[in-house]
Order: sequence, then structure tokens, then C-alpha cells
Amino acid sequence: MQILKHAGKAVAAAVAALALSAGAANAQQAFTIQIDGSSTVFPLAEAVAEAFQQQTQGRVRVTVGESGTGGGFRKFCRGETHISNASRPISASEMATCRAAGIQYVEIPVAFDALTVVVHPSNPLRSITVEQLRQIWRPEAQGQVTNWRQVNPSFPDLPLVLFGPGSASGTFDYFTEAVNGRARASRTDYTPSEDDNVIVQGVATNTGGMGYFGLAYYEENHSRLRALAIDSGAGPVEPSRQTAENGSYAPLSRPMFIYINAAALRRPQVQQFAQYFVNNASRYSAQVGYIPLPAAAYQTYLQRVQSRTQGTAFGGRQAIGVTIAEVMARPLIVEPVQQ
Amino acid sequence: MTAADTSARVDIATHPKSLAVRRFKDSSFIIIGILATLIGLGTLVALVWELAADGAHRLNAQFFWSFPSSNPAEAGILSAWVGSILVILTTAFFAIPIGVLAGIYLEEYAPRNPVTSAIEIAVNNLAGVPSIIFGLLAVGLFVQLLGFGQSILTAGITLALLILPVVIVATREAVRGVPQEIRQAALAVGATKWQATQHHVLPYALPGVVTGVIIGISRAIGETAPLILIGGLTFVAFLPITRPGDATFEVIGAVDEYGAPITPDAVETVRIDHDGVVVMPDFTEMPVVAGQTYELPHGATVQSVATWGDAIASWSPTNWLMSDFTVMPIQMFNWTSRPQAEFLELAAAAGLVLLAITLLMNGMAIWLRYRLRKRIKW
Repeated sequence: MQILKHAGKAVAAAVAALALSAGAANAQQAFTIQIDGSSTVFPLAEAVAEAFQQQTQGRVRVTVGESGTGGGFRKFCRGETHISNASRPISASEMATCRAAGIQYVEIPVAFDALTVVVHPSNPLRSITVEQLRQIWRPEAQGQVTNWRQVNPSFPDLPLVLFGPGSASGTFDYFTEAVNGRARASRTDYTPSEDDNVIVQGVATNTGGMGYFGLAYYEENHSRLRALAIDSGAGPVEPSRQTAENGSYAPLSRPMFIYINAAALRRPQVQQFAQYFVNNASRYSAQVGYIPLPAAAYQTYLQRVQSRTQGTAFGGRQAIGVTIAEVMARPLIVEPVQQ
Repeated sequence: MTAADTSARVDIATHPKSLAVRRFKDSSFIIIGILATLIGLGTLVALVWELAADGAHRLNAQFFWSFPSSNPAEAGILSAWVGSILVILTTAFFAIPIGVLAGIYLEEYAPRNPVTSAIEIAVNNLAGVPSIIFGLLAVGLFVQLLGFGQSILTAGITLALLILPVVIVATREAVRGVPQEIRQAALAVGATKWQATQHHVLPYALPGVVTGVIIGISRAIGETAPLILIGGLTFVAFLPITRPGDATFEVIGAVDEYGAPITPDAVETVRIDHDGVVVMPDFTEMPVVAGQTYELPHGATVQSVATWGDAIASWSPTNWLMSDFTVMPIQMFNWTSRPQAEFLELAAAAGLVLLAITLLMNGMAIWLRYRLRKRIKW
């Protein structure tokens, strides 16, 4: 059978080609900076990577994945990536994993995000206190708090329909710790989605809806949603670029990070990319909908990149309601590498 | 007029009511059947309509020939569709020979015993394993243990394992459909079992095998979950394919004990070993000559240009197998979760392309089956 003979030859040729290429593969690849991690930080990293590749005219390749903050750190601590995007500081267990693998890192906050609590535009509510948020989202509220009235008699008589990010998300980790006092402690009878547009859709089509996500998603959908001002004791504060930058939008404004492998930072390509990231983070954060750090902070972090200063300012804990000035003032904790 | 007709007429005359009931049941089934068919068809039409309304205006040459970008107006699916094609080629390379050979063996050669039955059950169960499990297997086995990394090779093999049961089952069905007399006739004139299979069974089974392979591959094209798990990337702005003579750059600055180049801490004097170029921190370039010493500022990169001969010598047509990659469904998945409406339009356009590819492949399966069947003359 003619067809089969040809097919057989093609398979044999392909096997031979594959065997030959096994050794030579990768020899001609341009150096690739590998970035993975948080899908929240992704748009910023993508914008910087794109611009950097254009600047270097393809001599340095940059790839960006989005395995999530936790998934990114798993790869980072195995030495598979050079840079890990994170929407929260490195956790204590991730610090231990990296230490065990001998991976040291340079921690760079790159921008702020303001977690925005949204309701349906027909909802008369304009602001909410952190305590009221806790009454709605704490684990004990499960199946109990089902109407806005139950939170406060002045609230509208509407069924409470909740939407939020899934438990794999760094946004979930931050919100639960900031509001409920313990990371990952949340009621679970809400509609979770890893896709924030699903949360937008849910709240926009439910008069009693409530959800939370990054400010950029609110800004793109402000005609369909209302953002609540957050009162953490000093009066209601609207989420905005100004209130996040000056620290008054507390406790729901959070820093976002990149973690750079300290050994990789000795490579000129990674060093150049990291400097380019810090130098241009302000411009690209604004472009993709995040809030830039103050200029002085970027100066400090540029020096940290150049001097390859290792360690984390957070000691494995979440950074709830800290301003960037406080973060900069903290000493860096460097984990000794086990031999 | 036959006896049966007469008895039916008698039956109708004596049970007029039951006839009405039976006629009602008959027409009810037709209506239910049509509705059931329309639900499937309607879903497809609604899906295409929805995607077309959002994304059709994005389908232009620029969309197909641009890399992803943070600027939606400039973003495209070039790295995604090239990645999809390369991954699928790799998948087909592994899945077709292994699947077809296993299918033929199980149907033609394997003795009927408990071991064979166990293998059959295992193959059928494999078809029902969620695709994410294949991703978990791939991370442990291919990415880490075998060291293939997050490459096109890993993705291709993973998807090949995923569609293997489809190919095996389709091959077995097709081989089983060849009449026993064909085999017996071949064996009767002295053919060996392999000759009978090669010259007679397999050609006749080919239409069914081809259909199974194409349906398996069109499933693989839309797979996202296992590829995300093994590290399919989202932002890839280069093509994995290299041509012979594509010169690349080698950094030849100072090197640490691991061979990684060191950034000069301030100004450093570097002796250049090869002709090349220095890329300054502001990305301006300065040509450098072998044997000379230069003072370089902090952050400068010294790169030597590989010669054309070097590049030819180290080039192989399958370099792309070990390359990082992205594929269509991953690119689409990323765009659907972005806040800006423009990205949602891009996602819809990518969805249209993906749907078109699947329809095209299924159409090709039908056409091939028709063509190959016409050549069969029993």
C-alpha cells in the first residue's frame, strides 16, 4: 500500500530528525528571561516585557506566564523562572521552600492596587465600614447573613448576592486577611470566579449584588457598577489613584511585587531588564490601570536592584494597610541558605 | 393486498382510539427529536453569533500577524497560532503511530485473555480521565524528571497521551469493521498475518482511522488546562522557529564561576575576545573588535555576533521543540480575564479562529473519509 509506505518513511525521517536535534536544541536560542506568577501583576509585566524587547530589538527575549502568585513561587523556588510576579509578599512556607533549594531573591514592590468593593448602581448605599464588611464576609456569616438589612437596619431590604475571587487568588488572600483578620478565612456560600469579568457581570445583573476586585475592573465598568467608599475609622474614603497612593484608602490598597532570583540578577540581561522595569513601572502601571509608587520609592528600589540586596521586608506575613514609606523603612529579612 | 394489511385494517377498525394515541406518539417523537437536534445546532449558532458580534471586526491581517501586546489595538495571535500548529504537529507525531499500532495489535494480534481485557478497560478509562490529570503527570514526568522543561515537546507529548485513547478506540473500530473474509482470503493464499493486515485490512480501515485521528487532534487544539499546568506561557513575542543562519548573540563579558556573565559593578575594563557589539545601558550600541580592551559602564552588555558558519553548524530543523510556547486557547483565556472591553473583543476574535479551525478539521475528516471510502472496492 503506497500510502502506508510513505507514512512509514515520514515517521522514520521524523524520528531521525528528533534524535539529531536532542543535543543541538537550545543552542541557538537567544537568552530568555522567564517570568511567571500572579495574573494580577501580569498586565504590568507584559507591558514592560513588550517595551523592553522592542528596545533591545529581540536580543533579549522575555516570556510571561500567569500561574498565579502561589504557582509562580513554586516554579521560582525550583529555579525554573528568573522573576516571579506576586500580588502579596512571599509567604513563610514559600520562604522555607526557596531556602531549602538555595534560591535567594530580591524583593521589589512595583505598584499599588486598590481592592474595590462594588455593588449594583441602584443600591442606595454609598459607603461601608470595615466592620460591616467583616459581618458580611466572615465565615460565621455563612448561610446567616442573607439580606443587606441584617448588616444595618438603614441598609436596603435586598437579598445579599455575593461574588468574589476563588481561593487560589492572591486577591482572596489579601481581602480575607484585611477584612476578616485571618488569611483565607471567608464564608464560602458566594459565587467564586478566577475571572474578574464574571464578578463584574454578576454584580451588574443583581440588584442585591456585592463583589470585590482590583480598581482597573471598576474603572472599565463604572457605568454598570458602584464602588463603595471604605470607612476604616477615619470616615469613608473612595478608592482612587490618589487615595491609594497617599495611603488613606486603607486597608484595601495593597502593594504588588516582583521577586528576582538574586543569582540571575548577576546576568546583564536580567539586570538590565530589572532596571528597566523599575525605571518604567510608573508609566506602565498607569497604562494598565494600577497605581504607581511615589518616585522616591522607585529610586530606592533601583538601588536595590543594582546592589542586588536580598531579602523580604515582610517576614512571610501579609502587608495589611501599610504605606510604601513604611515598607521602605522596614529592615530586609534575609534567609540564610542551607548547604 | 397482503394478510398483514388486512389484519392491520381490522385492528384499526376495532381500536380506533389506540390508533390516535399511536399517531400522537409518533408525531410527538418527531417534534421532540427535532427540538433535541435544534438545541445542539442552536447552541453552535448562538455561540458563533455571539463571538462574531463581538470579535468579527477584529479579524484582519494585523490580528493574525502581530504578537500579543498590552495595547489592544496592536495585539494579535501570531505566536499563539504558530505555537498551536507546532504543538499539534508534535502531538500527531507521537499519537498517530503509537495509537494506530496499539489499536491494530489489540484487534488483530492480542490473545483474548484477562491481561488483554485489563488493557482494554484501562484504555477506555484513560479516555475519561480529566485532562488536568495529564497536566499533573506531565509536570512530574516530562518537565521535571526527564528535563524537557516547559517546552513544545512536553506539550506535544502530553496532548498525545490525552488523545491516545481516542486514536486507539477509533483504530480498533475501523479494523473490526473490515470483513473477516478479506483476512481469510489473504491467509488462504499464503500471506502472513502482517501481510494480510498491511495490504488488506489496514487500507480498508484507513477511513475510520483517519477520522479518529482528526477528531482526536481537533480535541487537542482546544485543550487549555494541562498546558497551563505545564507552563504554557501567555506573553510570548517571538516565534520558536529559527532559520539556518539566524545569527544570535552571545554575551562575553566577565563570567562568574557558573559561567554566568557578571555585570560590572561600576566601570570595568573588559578585554574583548571576539568581534561583537556592546549594548550600553541606554540600549545604544558600539561595535567592538577582538583583542582590544574597553572601559564599560555599569549595566553594559558585551555581545559577540555568532558567525553565519557557526549559526549554520548549530542549527537543526527541530530547534523549536525545546522552545517556550503559547497556544490559542491560553491566549484567549488571558484576554477574557482582562478588564478592558477591547481585550474581550480580541478574545472573541480568537474564539472565532479556534472554532473555524475545529470546523475545518472536522470537515476535512468527513471529506477524507468520503474520498478514501470511494477507493475501496470489495
